[in-house]
Amino acid sequence: MLRINCPFCGERDHGEFTYGGDAAVVYPALGAPLDAWIDAVYVRTNPKGPHRERWQHSLGCRLWLIVERDTITHAITGVAPARSALSALLKEPGR
Amino acid sequence: MSPYSALALLKHAVTGRPWPRAWRDPAPKAVYDVIIVGGGGHGLATACYLAKEFGIRNVAVLEKGYIGSGNAGRNTTIVRSNYMLPGAIEFYDFSLRLWNGLSHELNFNVMFSPRGQILLLHSPDALDSAARRGNIMRRHNIAARLLDRAAMQALVPHLDYRPSARFPIWGGLMQPTAGTARHDAVVWGYARAASDLGVDIIQNCEVTGFLREGGRVVGVETGRGTIRAGKIGIAVAGHTSRLGEMAGLRLPIESHLLQAFVSEPLKPLLDHVIGFGGHGHFYISQSDKGGMVFGGDLDMYNSYAQRGNLPVVRDVAAMAVSLMPCLGRVRLLRHWAGVMDMTMDGSHIISKTPVDGLYLNGGWCYGGFKATPASGWCFAHLIARDQPDPLTVPFSLDRFARGATIDEAGSGPTPNLH
Repeated sequence: MLRINCPFCGERDHGEFTYGGDAAVVYPALGAPLDAWIDAVYVRTNPKGPHRERWQHSLGCRLWLIVERDTITHAITGVAPARSALSALLKEPGR
Repeated sequence: MSPYSALALLKHAVTGRPWPRAWRDPAPKAVYDVIIVGGGGHGLATACYLAKEFGIRNVAVLEKGYIGSGNAGRNTTIVRSNYMLPGAIEFYDFSLRLWNGLSHELNFNVMFSPRGQILLLHSPDALDSAARRGNIMRRHNIAARLLDRAAMQALVPHLDYRPSARFPIWGGLMQPTAGTARHDAVVWGYARAASDLGVDIIQNCEVTGFLREGGRVVGVETGRGTIRAGKIGIAVAGHTSRLGEMAGLRLPIESHLLQAFVSEPLKPLLDHVIGFGGHGHFYISQSDKGGMVFGGDLDMYNSYAQRGNLPVVRDVAAMAVSLMPCLGRVRLLRHWAGVMDMTMDGSHIISKTPVDGLYLNGGWCYGGFKATPASGWCFAHLIARDQPDPLTVPFSLDRFARGATIDEAGSGPTPNLH
């Protein structure tokens, strides 16, 4: 069982989360060349080993997270909110 | 190689002579006309048809483990062709026609058993939708029968027909010509036939890189040395992205886990292959040894681990007992996972690549087993003639950029939902 340590809710089984795919994928500007869009929509690095990926805590706080997970061992080495501003906020003392 | 026959069986029984090995175990030569990377069903079928249909016999199949140790030995052995999108219909129909003659063609009993596959229907809307699918199939001369509830109860009595059933059964869509085949036998049959025609099957020979000359691939680096070839075909289910990366290709593929299960052997219980979709995802058949062979959905996250996780085990078990309550106390014998190369539209890729001399066969999602004969035939045609067969044209690698995806599930560029 994968366990994801949600920054808000604590460690939960991955059944509470929805997978959102490779976090390296960023959609280009609407006017970007077609090739950039084809790449973002269809092409994936699909690494064997460390993978930064999106998960949503859909049965919890519904926050989107960036999870660092190994695709061979399934070991999770990092979880952070997908919005970096939220990440910084969480690090403030007293939060 | 002496053909298998009743007479041969009798001869060996009387004389007690041991059977010779079914395929040769040669050391790799320095140069071949064609190298196929991947000794699963698709790779071996490709090599077999290259030699048999296209006259190219100086062929090597390189397998990193032993042949059939990947997804060829990890599937749930279902063979069907109940598709409804142009391209997929014709391709899988061709495959089913090859399955029908395969045991004779290979002189090896692949135990193809067209026992019929039934898609369960759980609402009046599902019946309408299935009628449409059935009509499209029949329009293409693929047998399809829409079954009402009474017909279902007569054919498959052990499903849950109670009014309180979690998934009330309104009917089913049957493809009577679909069924199962023995997956290992398919691998062994193609290996034996290919080896007999001169193909070198080289096991424990992992490809670690491609040899390039002027932009063209001219060979592979392997654990057993450098092997050169004019043309190289990739057929490596699950690891297609990794082989692609070695050649500088980025592909529309994610690797995902699919688990499968087999129970302890039971007396004959289920005569057909049963499929269940929409409200969940489940499929089950009974093997000739009596084991209930079944599976469900992907684990949903990228993985190369070849082992799955418990939430899917729970979901699959829940669907099994919801649909067939009599399975409630059946014990599981084995359970495993394979790595699926899931494409962005849920359809496979048989295509030339931007790299000269390199051909790609992959992205079979979790429907590759039933495609084995047609996949091998079409890939062999592509490599031998350097031109795709009409059945192969829709499945080119550039279809994504052209917007010509073949998305049977209609779930868009989301690999884990196909």
